[in-house]
Amino acid sequence: MSTTTTQGSAATEDKASIVGRGNKEGNQLFRDWFRELTEAPSKGEHSAYVFVMGSMAEVLQSFGIHTIFPEVNGLQTAVRHIADDYIAQGEDYGFSTDVCGYVKADVGLQLRGGDHPMGKIPKPSLAVYTNACNTYLKWAEIWERMYNMPSVTIDVPGSRAELRHTWKGHVDFENDLKYVRGQIEELITVCEQVTGQKFDIDRLRETMHYTNVMLERYERLVELNKAVPAPYNAVTDGTVFLGVANGFRGRAEGAQYFTDLVEEMEYKVANGIGTTFDEKYRLVFVGVPCYPIFRRFNEMFTEWGGAFVGSSYMWFASGGANTGFQYDLNNPLDSLAEGLLVTTRDAMDTMFFSNRHIVDNIEPYKIDGVVYHPIKSCRTVSTGLADNRRAVIEETGAATLFIESDHMDKRVVSEAQMKNRIDAFFEGLATRKVRESK
Amino acid sequence: MAYAGGVDVGSTQTKAVIINEKLEIVGRALTDTGSNVTIAAENAFNAAVKSADIHEEEEGVDFIVGTGYGRYKVTFGDAQTTEISCHGRGAVHMFPGTRTVVDMGGQDTKAIRVSETGEILDFVMNDKCAAGTGRFLGAAASALGVPLGELGKVALQSSRPVKISTTCTVFADGEILSLIGKGKKVEDVLLGVHESVVSRALSLMRRVGIEKEVSFTGGVANNIGMVTVLNQELGFNVNVSDDSHFMGALGAALFAMDRIMAGRKGQHGMAEVK
Repeated sequence: MSTTTTQGSAATEDKASIVGRGNKEGNQLFRDWFRELTEAPSKGEHSAYVFVMGSMAEVLQSFGIHTIFPEVNGLQTAVRHIADDYIAQGEDYGFSTDVCGYVKADVGLQLRGGDHPMGKIPKPSLAVYTNACNTYLKWAEIWERMYNMPSVTIDVPGSRAELRHTWKGHVDFENDLKYVRGQIEELITVCEQVTGQKFDIDRLRETMHYTNVMLERYERLVELNKAVPAPYNAVTDGTVFLGVANGFRGRAEGAQYFTDLVEEMEYKVANGIGTTFDEKYRLVFVGVPCYPIFRRFNEMFTEWGGAFVGSSYMWFASGGANTGFQYDLNNPLDSLAEGLLVTTRDAMDTMFFSNRHIVDNIEPYKIDGVVYHPIKSCRTVSTGLADNRRAVIEETGAATLFIESDHMDKRVVSEAQMKNRIDAFFEGLATRKVRESK
Repeated sequence: MAYAGGVDVGSTQTKAVIINEKLEIVGRALTDTGSNVTIAAENAFNAAVKSADIHEEEEGVDFIVGTGYGRYKVTFGDAQTTEISCHGRGAVHMFPGTRTVVDMGGQDTKAIRVSETGEILDFVMNDKCAAGTGRFLGAAASALGVPLGELGKVALQSSRPVKISTTCTVFADGEILSLIGKGKKVEDVLLGVHESVVSRALSLMRRVGIEKEVSFTGGVANNIGMVTVLNQELGFNVNVSDDSHFMGALGAALFAMDRIMAGRKGQHGMAEVK
């Protein structure tokens, strides 16, 4: 009897040590990833510049091509407070102040020969992008001019209107599927030309298997934050998770990371362990984080007990991983096309019709307030947020906050103004809670 | 008798209000904020206490709430509340039918939607740009050499307002002087200025939804030209009080009195900050 108890305590103690593992291992994976990228050219390995919404990692990984995310490179410079140097170089090169901060930081990075605080970013052998963000197209053209390399567009049909989705078996969907599959085949041809390797469908199955594990776990991860208190912060911790979800998609390390992460979060939920502060208000974040003051931005909410339990960023910037889509490995190419169609469509929906996702999540996630953060230099994620906010208010009466700044450019980040609005938002939430408790 | 204080440290001016248990304003004062925010807050508070005729230590102000951009610099304050909440609370206290508040200050214009209890239901503000705020009116007054207090009266003499294409405070001088250079009358330019500022405010108000009654607060509410143009554009009259300029400080004082009534006492029964 006593032995069992002792073993139980030891097991609990061992389990307790997994708290915080996700962030620690995520950061380590990140460092490993950038080291791999730095070493790639000396090993004669190819790299592709890709984006978070439809990276085509499964195909690229099957050819052993490294995936490089310029968006991730950009935000890393902002978090380290050096984005302005890179942006200035992009503006000196000729880009307007209104152009996406990620693009200008990337131009600065290319002009420096890939010098980045996390390592040396290799030149691309090719670029792959979807139409999920309209800037992707123009961005890839810059690399074409700089490096004379091929870029492959995957045009993914989005939703024709809010809630008007078609699925497998529907004539529209089947046509879309053929259209996307044809483009994937074109990408495979380009990969063969670039690497000189023949396409190996079994290798593709393997990368798709790892993605299957990752997406299944990612969906579970998002669900776990319905718990009170929420086991993780969807903005700060969520950004680490997103980094791994993109950088290690289609890889064994990524599948293992999310398996371990779900184990950690399930343990936290089972033991009522939240984040590092007393959770008073449960919030959902809409938009892209304010990376130039990333930590301070979050503190302005946590100081009031505001916890981000959900984030549209974790939906769209994961390329729709939250859908938990599972590839059919018996039919890899058709299934890859279907997955790309469904997840990229979902990613676009979470930007363009975010009100639907927010409304659907308010009750299950016990949301007290919705925080909208449109950013000056990204119209793709920001356009329509004011209308989205109004739609959410009309449908649910939810408390909302609308604060504008930028994801990269600290010249348009005004902390004092932001704090004033955030404080007023929480004052309103406090009054509302008192009223609702009566 | 318990007294509560509210100190609203704005970008241009600092306002202080003292209220009694009947929620009546018994003292008020206004100073320029200047470069030392803490001293401005102290001066305004001391002057308000003096005007309230509170002399004895035992009759001091029991709780003080700071508001405005400088609210954390009200070092003698017991709590801080944003001016958004304070203007909403003050306006509903002054005009109980208020459902929409438009507050125009030195660098901010805010539209606030409130419930019948003064709860903030929604708000929007101008963002990182003083276009369409009191600062633009100040720039116009300076460019045209018209005293700020006379701006509205002069504008209302116009019957042919000039269309002003920009409300950018930085470019105000150039824009306005070029119109004068083209032979436009001062009053026509000024009415155009007022109309463009009101247009910006209306845009913010529409974002929260314009619901009657509308109360106009902040220093710009003292400008008769602004009130007149706003009434015309809305098609009904807004509420304006002689104390509109003090609405944020009044709201802060009301929040302070809530605390007193809930049994909380500030760090001092204060009759003067030294």
